[in-house]
Amino acid sequence: MRKPALSDEILLSVEKPARYIGGEYNSYNKNPDDYPVKVAFCFPDVYEIGTANLGMQIIYEQFNRRDDAMCDRVYSPWFDLDKIMREKDIPLFAVESQRPVKDFDFLLITLSYEMCYTNVLQVLDLSKIPLHAVDRTEEHPIVIGGGACAYNPEPIADFFDVFYMGESETQYDHMVEVYKDCLEKKLSRKEILEQLAEIPGLYVPQFYEVTYHEDGTLKSFEPVNPHAKARIRKEACREMTPDLPYSIHPIVPYDRGMMDRVTMEAMRGCIRGCRFCQAGMIYRPTRNRDCEYVKKSIIEMLESTGYDEVSISSLSTSDYTDFKEVMDFLIPYCSERKINIGVPSLRIDAFSLELMGKIQEVNKSSLTFAPEAGSQRLRNIINKGLTEEEILNGAKQAFEGGWNKVKLYFMLGQPFETEDDVKAIPILADKIARVYYETVPKEQRHGKCQIQSSTSFFVPKPFTPFQWAPMCDAETFSRKAYLVKDTMREQLNRKSLSYHYHEEKQTELEGVFARGDRKLCAAIEEAYKRGCIYDAWGEYMKFDIWMQVFEEMGITLEFYNYRERSVDELLPWDFIDIGVTKNYLKREWERARQGIVTPNCREKCSGCGAAVFGGGICRENKN
Amino acid sequence: MKIRIKFQKQGALKFIGHLDVMRYFQKMNRRAKLDVRYTEGFSPHQEMSLANPLSLGMTSSSEYADIEFLSWPSRQELIDRLNAVNVPELWVLDARMLPEKAKNAMSITVAADYTLKFREGYKPEDIDAWYEKFFEYTAQPEIIVTKQTKTNSVEVDLKAQIHELERRGNDLFMKIDTGSHSNLKPELLLSSFYASMGQEFNELMFEMNRDELYGEEDGKLKALLDYGYDF
Repeated sequence: MRKPALSDEILLSVEKPARYIGGEYNSYNKNPDDYPVKVAFCFPDVYEIGTANLGMQIIYEQFNRRDDAMCDRVYSPWFDLDKIMREKDIPLFAVESQRPVKDFDFLLITLSYEMCYTNVLQVLDLSKIPLHAVDRTEEHPIVIGGGACAYNPEPIADFFDVFYMGESETQYDHMVEVYKDCLEKKLSRKEILEQLAEIPGLYVPQFYEVTYHEDGTLKSFEPVNPHAKARIRKEACREMTPDLPYSIHPIVPYDRGMMDRVTMEAMRGCIRGCRFCQAGMIYRPTRNRDCEYVKKSIIEMLESTGYDEVSISSLSTSDYTDFKEVMDFLIPYCSERKINIGVPSLRIDAFSLELMGKIQEVNKSSLTFAPEAGSQRLRNIINKGLTEEEILNGAKQAFEGGWNKVKLYFMLGQPFETEDDVKAIPILADKIARVYYETVPKEQRHGKCQIQSSTSFFVPKPFTPFQWAPMCDAETFSRKAYLVKDTMREQLNRKSLSYHYHEEKQTELEGVFARGDRKLCAAIEEAYKRGCIYDAWGEYMKFDIWMQVFEEMGITLEFYNYRERSVDELLPWDFIDIGVTKNYLKREWERARQGIVTPNCREKCSGCGAAVFGGGICRENKN
Repeated sequence: MKIRIKFQKQGALKFIGHLDVMRYFQKMNRRAKLDVRYTEGFSPHQEMSLANPLSLGMTSSSEYADIEFLSWPSRQELIDRLNAVNVPELWVLDARMLPEKAKNAMSITVAADYTLKFREGYKPEDIDAWYEKFFEYTAQPEIIVTKQTKTNSVEVDLKAQIHELERRGNDLFMKIDTGSHSNLKPELLLSSFYASMGQEFNELMFEMNRDELYGEEDGKLKALLDYGYDF
């Protein structure tokens, strides 16, 4: 029997003790003593959020399927336990083995969103690992960051020994081999880091020196260790072949969590090229998983877990080449077994409506559109290849098919947005409502239609054509949101319309971290020391403390968020090569300015640079 | 047909709540590919119910789930198929087919056995003296306690809810009322005992295990498993 890290007394005194006990069905419970390479894999947020993460499930499988390595999971303790652990001096532990994180060889931390950065410090701190990589010794695990935010690792560079830019599938196995070799040779921590720095996609921040111009912008970014690469090329699988690790037997948490279902990633990457979307750029090229593999895997995942829901996931599932074939197979299989099918990220067209009609036969919930911008002008600027005609047509077909609830997602504050573009949001919502009243005869209506619009605030992200764009300040954001609200009240069908928008404060911080540099490390550390943690949870975000720390350290929102960056500026993430070239991004930024739409990868190759990976859609196009 | 399944709840799974156990069972049934009956309607769900909820933090060697099946294998095969896709802490121990029109475990439960072990560090210095005082307290003709409900307070006689109390080694064994018509929690009896001495009872004092659940037939207690037959 493994020994629990927490006593019954503690477990009975905290909220949801199931977060900390492990032992879930399908979890690997490998005894750390039996494996030379021990990996603790952390999602720096609370258990329910972490267990829902697909990337983590895949990497967990990748390490555990090896016979020379074991991998346990680590999550952020919630406030109540955090307090107890500090008071009683209990070190943070992994849920499976319940062993202290400090006893592992590696601590991998997945960085899914910028607002988790103080939780990263919490995890290091509670694990009793020095916050600064340079203060660590042979006694401490090697701390590696990965995930979407690793594509601009600079704001948290001081806290990591290594970042991995790329897809786990290509280099993590190699990394284990290199590490074993290092152990055999009894290399020092520094020597091990040098060996790791040689691995493609791995970046060791302490081997680089950064200088700044007087205005705070980057002057130079140079390796200072012969093992460190001048540029880090992202690692990507050439194709999503069936031999790659996948969580075919995913862990089944006892609680319902965020995700009470199995998830099949049908496709990686996106052909669309929306100019605000970071995922759409960093995960290029678009690669399909084999249709037979997808079908077979879904069945095995359902059978191995007992879940009654499956979700087909990707950035734009309608673009998955074998989508129809998979659904034709899945619908009868699932309806016979009373299993629900969820297909997020669908484009609304005749096919998807027919499909949704089939999979939610009785309970026609709402339909979701993501036009992202209200006016056609702005949709062209952001390269959202969706016309008003397509939206209204889709809505008409949906109303004819029996739906009467439509959800619309928009972003406020995108580049070149005018007052008219903002007002276009409620006007579009009203047009959709009009379509309903024109399409559905009075006697067939079940009350009003409900058109729900919601807006989030745009945050420019690295490796997008909008990485140079100025971001709005909180006041402008609020003004825009009020303009939507007020304009909505003026619409003919105002009683059928509703509007909701997200907090702007969190967005400002997200903006700073997203395009930040190494100067932010000290500020993040200071904010953490003053009690900032769980910033992603709006209600716990201590905005005032953040602003105070920024002010004391001379960090301004003007510099990080509000100014327009020159295309000639050296950006903190320019040393990373994601395949997609800076020239392409510049071209796209210019086309945005001119409102020119760029065709998607399947229509026409735009020469973005992702072809260097030699696979996926780039190869498809050449055949 | 309805089958009553007996399972344990041990180890760290004492921290999993009642509803989560319910959801766990539904998934386990699907993993075992058992032919469970589903309800009709918009969102069909498995026809199953659990016996009395177990308090969080308490283990049990005798929990019950009543599940409706459309078709079923033999008793042993059913047990084996479930355990093949089960975690050891929730091991399925036995199963019985229930007669037609049998009431569910939840509604027939009237009593339960509990074994209370002093938790490490909480054992009284003089355990004999502790038991002497305890039995002295429970030997009274009645033990009146005021129970606070949501709307008002009621007086209950705990004594009438006790079937049996016994010291077994250092452990305290209780057979007491459990169920919807009369329910005594071991910790309520203990806290009233401590209150009588002007002290507060610390719930962490004991590790508690539920050993058995009973219904009543012809004035006698009958273990829930014994309501069904082998198949």
